[in-house]
Amino acid sequence: MNEQPACSPPAAPPLLSVRGLSKHFPNSARGLWARPAGTTRAVTDVSFDLQPGETLGLVGESGSGKTTTVRCILRALAPTAGQVFFRKTDGGTVDLAALPEGALKPLRPQMQMIFQDPFSSLNPRMTVAQIVGEPLAIHGLAKGREREDRVDDILRKVGLKPELRTRYPHAFSGGQRQRIGIARALVMRPSFVVADEAVSALDVSVQAQVLNLLKDLQEEFHLTYLFVAHNLDVVRNFCDRVAVMYAGRIVELAPTAALFADPKHPYTQALLGAVPWPDPDVKMKFDLPGEVADPNRLPPGCAFHPRCPECFARCRAHRPELRPLGPAAVRAEGGSGRGVACHLYDLS
Amino acid sequence: MPPAVAAPPALDTILEVTDLRTHFFTDDGVLRAVDGISFTIKRGQTLALVGESGCGKSVTNYSLLRLIQGPGRIVGGKIVLHSARAGDIDIAALGEQDKRLYRVRGGLVSMIFQEPMAALSPVHTVGDQIREAILLHREVSAEEAHAIAVDMLKRVGVSGAERRFNQYPHELSGGMRQRVVIAMALVCRPELLIADEPTTALDVTIQAQILSLIKELQREIGCSVLLITHDLGVVAQMADEVAVMYLGRLVEQGPVREVLRHPLHPYTQGLLRSIPSLNVGRRLASIPGAVPSLLAIPAGCPFHPRCPQARPGLCDGGPPPLMRTIAKSRTVACVLAGENPPAPA
Repeated sequence: MNEQPACSPPAAPPLLSVRGLSKHFPNSARGLWARPAGTTRAVTDVSFDLQPGETLGLVGESGSGKTTTVRCILRALAPTAGQVFFRKTDGGTVDLAALPEGALKPLRPQMQMIFQDPFSSLNPRMTVAQIVGEPLAIHGLAKGREREDRVDDILRKVGLKPELRTRYPHAFSGGQRQRIGIARALVMRPSFVVADEAVSALDVSVQAQVLNLLKDLQEEFHLTYLFVAHNLDVVRNFCDRVAVMYAGRIVELAPTAALFADPKHPYTQALLGAVPWPDPDVKMKFDLPGEVADPNRLPPGCAFHPRCPECFARCRAHRPELRPLGPAAVRAEGGSGRGVACHLYDLS
Repeated sequence: MPPAVAAPPALDTILEVTDLRTHFFTDDGVLRAVDGISFTIKRGQTLALVGESGCGKSVTNYSLLRLIQGPGRIVGGKIVLHSARAGDIDIAALGEQDKRLYRVRGGLVSMIFQEPMAALSPVHTVGDQIREAILLHREVSAEEAHAIAVDMLKRVGVSGAERRFNQYPHELSGGMRQRVVIAMALVCRPELLIADEPTTALDVTIQAQILSLIKELQREIGCSVLLITHDLGVVAQMADEVAVMYLGRLVEQGPVREVLRHPLHPYTQGLLRSIPSLNVGRRLASIPGAVPSLLAIPAGCPFHPRCPQARPGLCDGGPPPLMRTIAKSRTVACVLAGENPPAPA
């Protein structure tokens, strides 16, 4: 476990500090087609800080552990190990990972989630007013006239006419539905919002509208976003810092501009190279062989080594830790704000 | 970019679509999903058809192979395939039972779908599915078909092809499945390959592998490609020409570099200004509003209610503007285009 966060900008106390977060699922060995039991190591030893008001992008391919990570942070899943320190609106700090279920409920309004699929994440039998007002009802925060006012108010903020409050989700387009999902998250006045692939299902022009909306709301309500995405095109525009995950671990963490200008980890390099940028003169590179490591059967050493063009003996035997990057003097000052988990950057 | 195959002359076309109209006759009214589009694909080249959900890309694609089902119908237009092997065939005019239609489907023209699991039969081995395509379209024995299928699996980069031959689709990863679908599509050496969002369901590194595979095999087999996508990044990397669709019509067409650098139609300009990575550090200039319903296509230019440059009295009435040639090989359906120098994206 990293006592020191590998790369946190020296700033105010973080809103969220994740330390050594792991989630391992035991594989069942029972049943007719029993397979040998083992463990799916979905997330292992993930640590990062989130400053108030910033947007951290969590990127990686399918199965890299992005969604499991955020589900553990919000305690939709119970983590196997690790701590999740969350600074409450009253200034106190709690470890979300250690709280019993009952103690979580009063904290839920402060941390909300926006989901990927604007079709399956809204109940088709509830009106917009019911969907957006339900969290207020569950937490007993407002009722009657006041609840209606708060619903109307947030609908206006996300760019929907309050007159539409009696409609059902099927009457709305994908972009409008995503706005309803955003209204439902923000009606609670959270300080921390997890957006799990929140714009992935949208067309590019609508995606731009929703990204603009999320930016405006962040400013207005001083929101802190953990933005899970596989689309690097969006992340490059939207996030302040980016954490790249591979096989359940963070392999690189850096400010967005620095990451895109000069990726350090061979996986990050391959990932950025594989993006089809919308410019015919920036050629996509096709040189990353193989497929994402199977979290059931992670290779020894660095999980990326079987695909890595720079792999050497040490990579096959020892797993690299996420370490701050830069010369010793810079690291002593709190780091360059970058961290990378790769033996190429070992200082011996 | 020069055509990928050396032999045919540069102007040789493989497909000529003229004024294609595919409408759906629903209880709510007539949906003009594709309403008068014309384009040609040059032999050996890649044309990308781009647009947002509901613009009619996929209906166009299904129309080309006559896969439109009721209540939809091709109500007009020509789809002429200039086949080197079978001569000229107007696919739109073929009878439902015409032998030539079966020869076109999967033989002269084949298709790769977005979702490889949906394109593969879950109860047949991948080898059998590839072999079936060979036996339908080529005069070979079962043993020869087996050998051809294994060879094709190797060529699309499926490791352990002999073993994979006897596996079922659920035993393969998403990337491997898409390789199998590509093997099936290309094993009969089609003259035209239609790829409908071939990598949308895949991760970015796998997408890069699949796109490079399609390019490589295109060069090898010498086929032309119609690429249907919403991703302008994929367009930039794959296409020679690009055609932009909006509400069942083409709004702009031209060589990929020119369209992406100097879009002429306000819709194309809006799409490019919406792309996050092209606008880092700037607020995204999204296109206001949403795509209207096909049941309520605006009069005049269909884009005018969302168009920042629309002029009252000029754009909001009468028939929709037709595609017209503005500059060498650039066509655009906007009455204002050409008035001002093209705006950079």
